[in-house]
Amino acid sequence: MLELRSVDAGYGSFQALFDVNLDVKAGEAVGVIGPNGAGKTTLMRVISGLIRPSRGSIRMEGVDVVATPAHRIVSLGIAHVPENRRLFPQLSVDDNLKMGAFMKEARGTYAKRLDFVFELFPRLKERRHQMAGTMSGGEQQMCAIGRALMSNPKLLLLDEPSAGLAPVVVQQVFELVKRIRASGLTVLIVEQNVQQVLHVVDRAYLIEAGTIRSSGTAAEMLASDTVKEAYLGV
Amino acid sequence: MQAFLDIFDIYLLEAVINGILLGGVLALLALGLNLIFGVIDVTWICYAELVMIGMYAMYFMVQYYGLSYFIAAPFTILLVALLGALLHYLVIAPLLTAPPINQLLATGGVLFVLQSFATVAFGIDFRNLGIRLPVLAFGDMNFSYARLLSFLAALVGMVAVYLFMTRTFTGTAIRAISQDRQIMALMGVDTKRMYIITSALGGGLAGLAACLLVLQYDVHPFVGLSFGPITFLICVLGGLGNFIGGFIAAFVFAEIISLGGLFSDLEWGYVLAFAFFIVMMFIRPAGLLARRR
Amino acid sequence: MTGQGRLAAWAVGLAALVALPFVYRDPYHLHILVLILIWSFAYTSWSMMGRFGLVSLGHGGFMGIGAYVTALLWNHLGLSPWIGIPVSMVAAGALALVVGYPCFRFRITGHYFVLVTLALSGIVLQVITATRDYTGGSLGYTPNRATTNKLLALQFDDKTTWYLIALAVWLAGIVVWHLIDRSMSRYALEAISEDEDAAAAAGVDVTAEKLKITLISALMTALAGAIYCQYQMFITPDTVSGIAVSLQMVFAAIVGGLFVSLGPTVGAIITILLAETLRIGFGTKAVGWDNLVYGVLLVLFIIFLPKGILGSVLDRLKSQRKVSRTHEQEAVKIAR
Ligand SMILES: Nc1ncnc2c1ncn2[C@@H]1O[C@H](COP(=O)(O)OP(=O)(O)OP(=O)(O)O)[C@@H](O)[C@H]1O
Ligand SMILES: [Mg+2]
Repeated sequence: MLELRSVDAGYGSFQALFDVNLDVKAGEAVGVIGPNGAGKTTLMRVISGLIRPSRGSIRMEGVDVVATPAHRIVSLGIAHVPENRRLFPQLSVDDNLKMGAFMKEARGTYAKRLDFVFELFPRLKERRHQMAGTMSGGEQQMCAIGRALMSNPKLLLLDEPSAGLAPVVVQQVFELVKRIRASGLTVLIVEQNVQQVLHVVDRAYLIEAGTIRSSGTAAEMLASDTVKEAYLGV
Repeated sequence: MQAFLDIFDIYLLEAVINGILLGGVLALLALGLNLIFGVIDVTWICYAELVMIGMYAMYFMVQYYGLSYFIAAPFTILLVALLGALLHYLVIAPLLTAPPINQLLATGGVLFVLQSFATVAFGIDFRNLGIRLPVLAFGDMNFSYARLLSFLAALVGMVAVYLFMTRTFTGTAIRAISQDRQIMALMGVDTKRMYIITSALGGGLAGLAACLLVLQYDVHPFVGLSFGPITFLICVLGGLGNFIGGFIAAFVFAEIISLGGLFSDLEWGYVLAFAFFIVMMFIRPAGLLARRR
Repeated sequence: MTGQGRLAAWAVGLAALVALPFVYRDPYHLHILVLILIWSFAYTSWSMMGRFGLVSLGHGGFMGIGAYVTALLWNHLGLSPWIGIPVSMVAAGALALVVGYPCFRFRITGHYFVLVTLALSGIVLQVITATRDYTGGSLGYTPNRATTNKLLALQFDDKTTWYLIALAVWLAGIVVWHLIDRSMSRYALEAISEDEDAAAAAGVDVTAEKLKITLISALMTALAGAIYCQYQMFITPDTVSGIAVSLQMVFAAIVGGLFVSLGPTVGAIITILLAETLRIGFGTKAVGWDNLVYGVLLVLFIIFLPKGILGSVLDRLKSQRKVSRTHEQEAVKIAR
């Protein structure tokens, strides 16, 4: 579904990604793990078009993502839940969700998608008129994921969905990821909770200092010595 | 009760009501300026000059080409909306990443250009529509029909903007932009396009204001100078980008101008309004409704 | 250039400027020179604030007060401009303090400050127009011709005298600039313009410093207005006050450069020559065309100057400052 080939990217003169190759097949859940500053967020941004690669190619179902204007990429079926959620704090939950369905293709099914999101997160329905900025961290994360789902995506990019949440809520978030997967979505997820994410995804990539160090199935990664030592603390 | 009515000067009441009527148009102007500032983060110093161009458009369509007022009005609104979009495209867009002062000055340059364009094209004569609308009398009080019409139209215009901003996808996006510019692309929003739409909307509001002001005032190349400063004060007092603050401030100022005008000329009303503004800065430095960037 | 060398250059330049009207007597050219000197002084006055990031669009108001108060006092009370000018300056200064104090005290900066000051100049224009019974409104105003004592009335017929007066006033402006440059206030104001909160935390009285420079700037601008009025013997609200005049000051100061003492003068030379060329080029038949072209040129100038005018000048200044600081440090080392 998604393929990155020899992608370089960075900020101004600073290069953050080096020769990244990555594949996500339809229906898969793929994890990206790595230390702080490794370039995980940058990877997500380059896929969703927030920054453009300086080299290499990105294809989504065969369509050239690099040649697509940033605001059209979501129409290719890529929805990005950014790091730190980035809700519109002074818009209501409803309006935040509405923004998720902004693009022409999604407006027709707005009501249906809204039902779907409210079914997934009954909590959001209760809070629909509340300003997004005044909600709890967990609720905000639900809202951010809900907003991304409003565009009826094929591929969901999740950047540290469990960051800053209490352990119980983290558990809920991972449960949620499972449910989203079950509904047929493809998921690419960045996580610091390596142990937990490896139990949710099929495969994972380990990224360090902007390069892919290793990759494999979740089981292989769990068993790998590098991952064990550096991230699982065993 | 009778005693109350006796001391309650009927002219005072008339001035109060006229103030409310004037407030409608001022609120419309403030709304346009606030909208543009809220979304694009620039202040169009030449905003009142767009109104001036709109007033000329009305004048020529009605007086010269003999169009009816109500047919000319939509054309004027469209024309000024187009001017607003053009202003953004030609002047603001190339300066979006420049220091804010350059954006301000560029619109200041446009102010020069529009004024001298009007001088060149239309001369410095004062012109008016020649439409004399009747005066309505309630008991001893007189209200000009023009003011009543302006007030109602301004109100309708503002309600329309409110509905657009709250009900439509585009309106919601316009409200969202200033809260997080960077991720708008993730929502599938083309920020550049939104800026153009906002500018056109701001221009359209100036166009509507022009249609209404031309009923009451003569048009000349410098007529913008009569509305511009007061609109800026309203926006500052209400808080730039704060729609509700601007709305309230518009009516407060309109009352001051109207009551000030009761005792002397309208211009003194402006002076009184400015004095009030200075006093308010001491009392409520954060604006009428505190929301400050 | 060494300090002495620079002083010598100034002395020679000045001597040449003083001598000029005695050798070169073309009245039209002298007229243009007088205008350039008076406006240079006005632009220099504006830049006193502008260089520290206080972008005021209210100076048209101060200039208008200087011109009109002086003329009104003369015509209606028979008060000599020698007294009228200081009175008008005090009036402008008082207004500057009344508007400036709340602005600075409550940290009204950026767009807000620009709009408040913009409104100020708009309002002054309104007042002049509103009091048309006294000021002649938008038709303009002429100080009464003095019949006997020209000196008392500060009215002179020959261009040479006016040239010398304008030159003196302009020079005074440059001197004030340099005095501020050497004062402690300069460092305080530079700190404020870079980071107001940090400056306040470092013990700078932000409000007082800003008020001081605003007062100086307003007083000088009012003087410029008064001198302009005495020279032209005819003023209209549009030529000495209002938003257009305020904008003109900012444009010229920025075109010439805000951060060197002669920058505003250079700006005045460029803009006045440009306006004058356009005016003559279009002739009297095409009223307004000159302003139209002038406005378009200004907008183009702002758009196409890379990084914006202020930005590029700031950059240049920063590197200059660095260079001059290292020079100073080297000089200190060598002296030891
Ligand atoms: N907007 C930016 N401008 C400049 N450099 C940036 C920017 N964002 C990230 N970087 C740099 O790029 C590198 C990769 O950052 P990135 O945010 O992708 O890391 P990350 O793997 O997501 O880290 P974390 O786990 O802390 O979220 C870092 O060195 C960072 O400093
Ligand atoms: Mg990250």
